Amino acid sequence: MSFTSIVAIALGAILTNNFILVKFLGICPFMGVSKKMDTALGMGAAVTFVMTIASIVTWAVNSWILVPLNLSYMQTPAFILIIAAIVQVVEMFLKKSVPTLYQALGIYLPLITTNCAVLGVALLNVQENYGPVESLVYGFTGGLGFILAIVLFSAVRQRVEESECPESFRGFPIALISAGLLALSFMGFSGLKVF
Amino acid sequence: MDILIAVGVLGGLGALFGLVLAVANRVFHVDTDPRLEPLTQCLNGANCGGCGFSGCGAYAQAVLEGKAPVGLCIAGGDECAQKMAEIMGVKAEKVARQVAFVRCAGTTARDKGVYEGIHDCLAATKVAGRGPLICKFGCLGFGNCTKACKFDAIHLENGVAKVDPDKCTGCMSCAAACPRKLIVPVTFGANIRVACASNARGSVTLRGCDIGCIGCFKCQKICPKGAIRVEKNLASIDYALCDQCGQCVEVCPRHLISDSNLTPADSGPAQKPTARVQ
Repeated sequence: MSFTSIVAIALGAILTNNFILVKFLGICPFMGVSKKMDTALGMGAAVTFVMTIASIVTWAVNSWILVPLNLSYMQTPAFILIIAAIVQVVEMFLKKSVPTLYQALGIYLPLITTNCAVLGVALLNVQENYGPVESLVYGFTGGLGFILAIVLFSAVRQRVEESECPESFRGFPIALISAGLLALSFMGFSGLKVF
Repeated sequence: MDILIAVGVLGGLGALFGLVLAVANRVFHVDTDPRLEPLTQCLNGANCGGCGFSGCGAYAQAVLEGKAPVGLCIAGGDECAQKMAEIMGVKAEKVARQVAFVRCAGTTARDKGVYEGIHDCLAATKVAGRGPLICKFGCLGFGNCTKACKFDAIHLENGVAKVDPDKCTGCMSCAAACPRKLIVPVTFGANIRVACASNARGSVTLRGCDIGCIGCFKCQKICPKGAIRVEKNLASIDYALCDQCGQCVEVCPRHLISDSNLTPADSGPAQKPTARVQ
């Protein structure tokens, strides 16, 4: 585990293998809370927090409890349990300290529980045999990639909302098309390599 | 045996996280008044901001804390005021229903040029010459009000915004969105309304529009109650004096004092809620 590999993981999670725009994980909040930039930022921060904590806790549970006891087949339910608990804590925290953000995120906040980006990062950590530090970095930078994608997309959507567009494309159709174009632009990062 | 270990591990994990959540619930506990939920349910949840608060939740909270009286929800009207009063244990007076009114009927207003910018009223007023219309006061017809309306009550008809009074709840979100400040609240049922906002001289108004108010004083002269005054080349009506006799409607040479299909019987007496919650 060298510094280079850490940078490679970070770059991969943010750009080349961006969770939303390249791997197509966690699309639900990406479409749902990207209408305004500040809620998008809040959602991104919440998801990043959950992904970071989830990746380190799932790593610990997997390598200290599940693998020694030959329970690797229980990974998915155990990870879902962990993620659900973390999301619940985040929800309580936001309700107490940032009630406006709590209300703006609405139903999408508990839906982080079933966000496939979060479960994806936990399962990919196991698949790639990442150690604790690598898992942590992968979870955190994966979250940063999520923020990057959702904030970029919210900016695009705000612009699109202002401009004239054909009646039949208004609202979600044009949002989906702009999401597709954004994903297309992220294809440009494929082939990006560190050293 | 394996299955028992699996059950034990997952059950143990579940219990552990349950414990963590229970602790977190204590730490992050927020006291909520049991009346908040039914109060919020009284309001229709459109977050229109007509009450002066940022949303329905914020208004319900303010009522609970005694910072606002019941009955400020214009969209909910009288029914909502009575329900809220019941929950808070106070008495609410009848709330007069107000609707929005667009002070422009210039469907035939002439353009001075072709505007090809962003399809937005505010953007159009920012370009040189303040938008495509010759009239500096009239409705631009890009529909910022239509976008702002949460109740589908204001629509563009022949390029001018028109309020559907049956759907309008009087929240005035449209008024805030209008860069030309054309939209004003009127009592539901007020028949006599001046559908023009032009303060320009008669000759100037004539240049851009066939039906704008030219400030001819005919309505002011004929009104038996003295309810109409022409100020700055524009007629305005004092509803405290107007008895809706309709003489001004007949006498107006531009036919811009409108005769709506609402009747005074449709609305309650004009009263503001007075019951303060302490």
